[in-house]
Amino acid sequence: MQLSHEEVRKIAKLARLGLTDAEVAKFSVQLSDILSHAKMLEEVDTSKVEPAAQITGLGNVLFKDEVVPCDKAEALLGQSPQQIQDNLIKVKNVF
Amino acid sequence: MFHLTIAEAHRGLKEKKFSAVDLANAYLNRIGKIDEKLNSYVTVTNEVALQQAKEADAKGTFDNPLSGIPMTLKDIICTAGIRTTACSKILENFVPPYNAHVYDRLRAAGAVLLGKSNTDQFAMGSSTETSCFGVTKNPWDTSRVAGGSSGGPAASVAADLAAFSIGTDTGGSIRQPASFCSCVGLKVTYGRVPRQGVIAYASSHDSIGPFGKTVEDVALVLNAIAGKSERDSTTPDVAVPDYTQSLKKDLKGMTIGIPKEYFDEGVEKETRDAILKGIEVMRKLGANVVEVSLPLTKYAIPTYYLIVKSEASTNMARYDGIKYGLTAKDAKELEEIYVKTRSEGFGDEVKRAIMIGTYTLSAGYIDAFYLKAAKIRALMKREYEEAFQKCDALVAPTSPFTAFKIGERMEDPLAMYAADTLTVPAGTVGLPGLTLPAGFDSKGLPIGMQIMGGQFQEEKILHVGYAYEQATEWHKQKPKL
Repeated sequence: MQLSHEEVRKIAKLARLGLTDAEVAKFSVQLSDILSHAKMLEEVDTSKVEPAAQITGLGNVLFKDEVVPCDKAEALLGQSPQQIQDNLIKVKNVF
Repeated sequence: MFHLTIAEAHRGLKEKKFSAVDLANAYLNRIGKIDEKLNSYVTVTNEVALQQAKEADAKGTFDNPLSGIPMTLKDIICTAGIRTTACSKILENFVPPYNAHVYDRLRAAGAVLLGKSNTDQFAMGSSTETSCFGVTKNPWDTSRVAGGSSGGPAASVAADLAAFSIGTDTGGSIRQPASFCSCVGLKVTYGRVPRQGVIAYASSHDSIGPFGKTVEDVALVLNAIAGKSERDSTTPDVAVPDYTQSLKKDLKGMTIGIPKEYFDEGVEKETRDAILKGIEVMRKLGANVVEVSLPLTKYAIPTYYLIVKSEASTNMARYDGIKYGLTAKDAKELEEIYVKTRSEGFGDEVKRAIMIGTYTLSAGYIDAFYLKAAKIRALMKREYEEAFQKCDALVAPTSPFTAFKIGERMEDPLAMYAADTLTVPAGTVGLPGLTLPAGFDSKGLPIGMQIMGGQFQEEKILHVGYAYEQATEWHKQKPKL
């Protein structure tokens, strides 16, 4: 299979990546190679199999619904490169 | 002092032959002299190391085997107050406000942090060539890669720049570099060691494990880090034994399985011969040897990368320039911040992973790619469960070839993925896998032997590895630096 430059640009947009024209050209070849290689999986009959999202038989793990103290709120907010206002991260306009 | 194993150094500390500060200084001096040849460290934590060593000396009991023992952590393991970069531009100046649980456990045991080790960016790669701090060189031939993604941990332990190290393994990132550099590396069962505070790559695969100079050392480290954690809900309540109790010198009553697909034409002859010779050693130690077949092995690479890249694309979505890390300077609108930050902050391999995953999880393609792979994963699990009904452990090469030249595979992602052909199945099926030195090829490059076990059967593979190690001399050979 062959991903067109347009398809690569669309994937990049969905993934919030900006690519140069040279990157689009390179990734279109590389992604096409990788996805074509994966086509070999069609040889395996999986008609009677459920997909496995995890592998060790995990179930839900539940904790008591109670408030526990966190002393790191300030340190965590301090990580943001954006402006902080009233203990909230202030982001740029959406439009 | 830097050549000592953990077990030997522990005896020296306990008998007051030297102090933890002496030991830390021996390693720090050696790092200062040797590491510029290898680039295995991205951050050396001199002051932290000496402070922690002083604390171990002040306590003075050395009751834990890791007390006062110098280590490194792969630089995707969060260390409060110490830069943790994932060897990426986007986290180049990230200083975490908390420790990973695995680091807390090691500190509780008294281990001393020498520094943070080089890795492929976000652990995506098989050679450390995608690190934004440059490649880690192989201690046996510095024109070659140390392997990856945990190339820094492997090279540092093999070159006596740390007594042990902690890395992560998603599809081979502990085992392949340990094999390339000639040290012992253990990928644990999925969930055996808590992952909280370790930067995620592919959450259904990622595991954390030790690099050591011997199998015994690896067992000692595993004792300190294994077990259920309140901070990671994927760690099941499976008892943690004393792993050193499983180390026995004979293999009587053990059945070794040889998975024939792991020896096919893609494997270099010298590697194949070394492992077959190793299996003969095991037979002499009393093991019963049987051949097993795992026909889905040839589908393991695409199954693995479809799932892993899908998971990676969702994990990498958190890097948006808002909450922490790099942010683009001159962006005017929110989406522009996202796009510019991610475009500037991620390298090519990470961008490829994100784009493949975005595609394979998209509405039109999820059935053909992600879900198809997840079904084959279920079939692979069944295949390995059947194999482990016939044997206690599987023995195979760790890598189909020895360390390759720097630059040789960088332009061809599929050629790079092929380096993980024999290690991805244990990642996808969640199995433990041990690698240990098993010889050298005619170029003088190390060959690693891989021993795989059923889920939570770490004791069995450590037993097989220990018996083989005690009967051979490969682990005693050191690179000349």
